[in-house]
Amino acid sequence: MTVVFLGIGATAALTSANSFDSKKLHISSRRLVSETKSTFFVVRSDGRLNSGSNRRAQILITNAVATKADSSPATKPGHELLLFEALREGLEEEMERDARVCVMGEDVGHYGGSYKVTKDLANKYGDLRVLDTPIAENSFTGMAIGAAMTGLRPIIEGMNMGFLLLAFNQISNNCGMLHYTSGGQFTIPVVIRGPGGVGRQLGAEHSQRLESYFQSIPGIQMVACSTPYNAKGLMKAAIRSENPVILFEHVLLYNLKERIPDEEYVLNLEEAEMVRPGEHITILTYSRMRYHVMQAAKTLVNKGYDPEVIDIRSLKPFDLHTIGNSVKKTHRVLIVEECMRTGGIGASLTAAINENFHDYLDAPVVCLSSQDVPTPYAGTLEEWTVVQPAQIVTAVEQLCH
Amino acid sequence: MSSAFSAINTIQPLHRTIDNPSVSPFLGSTHKLRSFPACNRAPSASWIRRRFSIVAVSDVVKQQKTKSGSSLSNLLITKEEGLELYEDMVLGRSFEDMCAQMYYRGKMFGFVHLYNGQEAVSTGFIKLLTKEDCIVSTYRDHVHALSKGVPARQVMSELFGKTTGCCRGQGGSMHMFSEEYNVLGGFAFIGEGIPVSTGAAFTSKYRREVLKEANSDQVTLAFFGDGTCNNGQFFECLNMAALWKLPIVFVVENNLWAIGMSHLRATSDPEIWKKGPAFGMPGVHIDGMDVLKVREVAKEAVERARRGEGPTLIECETYRFRGHSLADPDELRDPAEKAHYATRDPIAALKKYMIENKLVNEAELKAIDKKIDEVVEDAVEFADASPHPVRSQLLENVFADPKGFGIGPDGRYRCEDPKFTEGTAHV
Repeated sequence: MTVVFLGIGATAALTSANSFDSKKLHISSRRLVSETKSTFFVVRSDGRLNSGSNRRAQILITNAVATKADSSPATKPGHELLLFEALREGLEEEMERDARVCVMGEDVGHYGGSYKVTKDLANKYGDLRVLDTPIAENSFTGMAIGAAMTGLRPIIEGMNMGFLLLAFNQISNNCGMLHYTSGGQFTIPVVIRGPGGVGRQLGAEHSQRLESYFQSIPGIQMVACSTPYNAKGLMKAAIRSENPVILFEHVLLYNLKERIPDEEYVLNLEEAEMVRPGEHITILTYSRMRYHVMQAAKTLVNKGYDPEVIDIRSLKPFDLHTIGNSVKKTHRVLIVEECMRTGGIGASLTAAINENFHDYLDAPVVCLSSQDVPTPYAGTLEEWTVVQPAQIVTAVEQLCH
Repeated sequence: MSSAFSAINTIQPLHRTIDNPSVSPFLGSTHKLRSFPACNRAPSASWIRRRFSIVAVSDVVKQQKTKSGSSLSNLLITKEEGLELYEDMVLGRSFEDMCAQMYYRGKMFGFVHLYNGQEAVSTGFIKLLTKEDCIVSTYRDHVHALSKGVPARQVMSELFGKTTGCCRGQGGSMHMFSEEYNVLGGFAFIGEGIPVSTGAAFTSKYRREVLKEANSDQVTLAFFGDGTCNNGQFFECLNMAALWKLPIVFVVENNLWAIGMSHLRATSDPEIWKKGPAFGMPGVHIDGMDVLKVREVAKEAVERARRGEGPTLIECETYRFRGHSLADPDELRDPAEKAHYATRDPIAALKKYMIENKLVNEAELKAIDKKIDEVVEDAVEFADASPHPVRSQLLENVFADPKGFGIGPDGRYRCEDPKFTEGTAHV
């Protein structure tokens, strides 16, 4: 499969390279964006290539697990794997590439990670490089920060993102701020990752969305992965970045299957992903809600709507270019997120869009978020706390009239 | 009743007693000290049974004595070392006094926490380190930075908020960092630096064992106070450091007061050194007003860490002559307590020791005093003359990679916007 830079046409020169310098990618992407306004290549999570400008009745993903890609003639085979395996592959490649990359977290070593993201890595790299920590989030996060200041590149795994609330002191005060308060003397190239989001009846404390709490911390970047392809790419980009990056995974997405390229690729941390181009309305989403949106999109297309779906991927900072271009085209915005209503990513995104693209809007920005409710255990109640496809369809119908 | 430098003749016993009045008791506030049976005698069988023995200052000093032959080398320090220690302590004291002056003249603002009285701890420990060893401190960090080698000019400029400060004026009094001298901060929240120091020690071990850098034996010192010893991060890091035998020394500067909270009122078991063996590392209590005693124990602890044998917890009984910060009226502490510790001024004590043992004469010490006065004056002049940060500095160090500010609506990275370098860009 041709390796493409999502949202932007690939140049022939790039495909021959084995490893991608994200800076190179960035430069070429900027040039292409200004030249070609409406034609772009889209890699969707089923691995097929589409040219974006003229397709209308697309075959959409019908369920969370992507279908197998049929072998296109001009593409290399790639290999199929699950999302957690993609994360592991990205992690392993980076650990192989740079001996300073290490992992710290609870049960990452001998147990292989609660979600198997670090499986077998301790056998390969040893107990010090894949460090099983005691249950002391604040302290081992601080320890990783101290190690990063003195030259290592640690990856902190929170067994569940919610546990990182205990590390909030270190993440806010040290991770985000130390580069600035030291006048640029110390860099903190850590990656903080873990699964968050609402799962299957995990209860309130295991179903938290921490992106809303962390987004105000100056000095950090936040990204959310949603497919095996972008999981691996974002993991690699986060590890290579000199900034502290928080990578949000989702408990329910770990078993997504997709075919990803054999060649090495690194994605851009700051860019959003065009999932489905369209003309009528822009739907901005991230993480698991991407699949609810795509499910709703199937219904919408059958009803004659043409939604443009963008997976924003970068929760902080927002890719206002991709988002802006979309708003300028469709003039209507719907944000679908799993974050809470109050002070969530959607709230910030609404403010950013209103500030920057107010003139292009034909209707107010609508934001569908989870209810401001501690996630209940009961299945029916839990279902009603998060946004469901039916609500998305209703919202689009209302916005487009 | 001052505990003079009696290193040669009578050794201060490790465990203070309340029923032996000839020895300085473990003073707290005016509240009575509860009696702890275990501390009323020299290391007994019950302690020896523990895996890690408590290092007694007396034992270390005795070893020192038996090694040497002539009477002059019965002393703990040479003349050069003595002068170095004296100069460092006087620098710390003069610098802090100047800070107070400058604060009241409106040259520095915010919270400024001065180190007067505790110089023996900083000098005693940090002068044993190499440039590659790391230190982590708290908000009371000016003197730690100075002892580690950060020039007084850079520290004073930082306090004045000038761009020539060690952190470009962005850190301030409580956030002294120096990459060159491996000062890893300067933290405002107590306990926050302890995990960072544990991480620095982890890197040292990682370098040796994973990256196979054979001569990687950097030691990290973590300085913090008595109040911190009731904080979770302290205990969590003691555990991790002992578990992985990290090359770190935990130095408790127990000055008995956390702003207005007496250590005895805040802590169920005030003897902090005892908490070391609970985690599997030696716990030592030393007289933190005596730079020679501090140095002897510090040597052993740092060497122990360097050999890879793991961490040590050292509780230094010390005292701050001033209030918690320049904003603290310091009304709670008993004047008798302050007077007692004033007689144990570490600088006066070292001076007395060196003169009595004929290591130096008055004139040499006066010369150092004068030199330090000039250094501090020069630092103030330099800081005064330095420029304030310009607006373009505002956004420069938020991210190591400024692409982290993201992509603006026009498709360009925000950091490429010319207004970004002017500091006026909207991020």
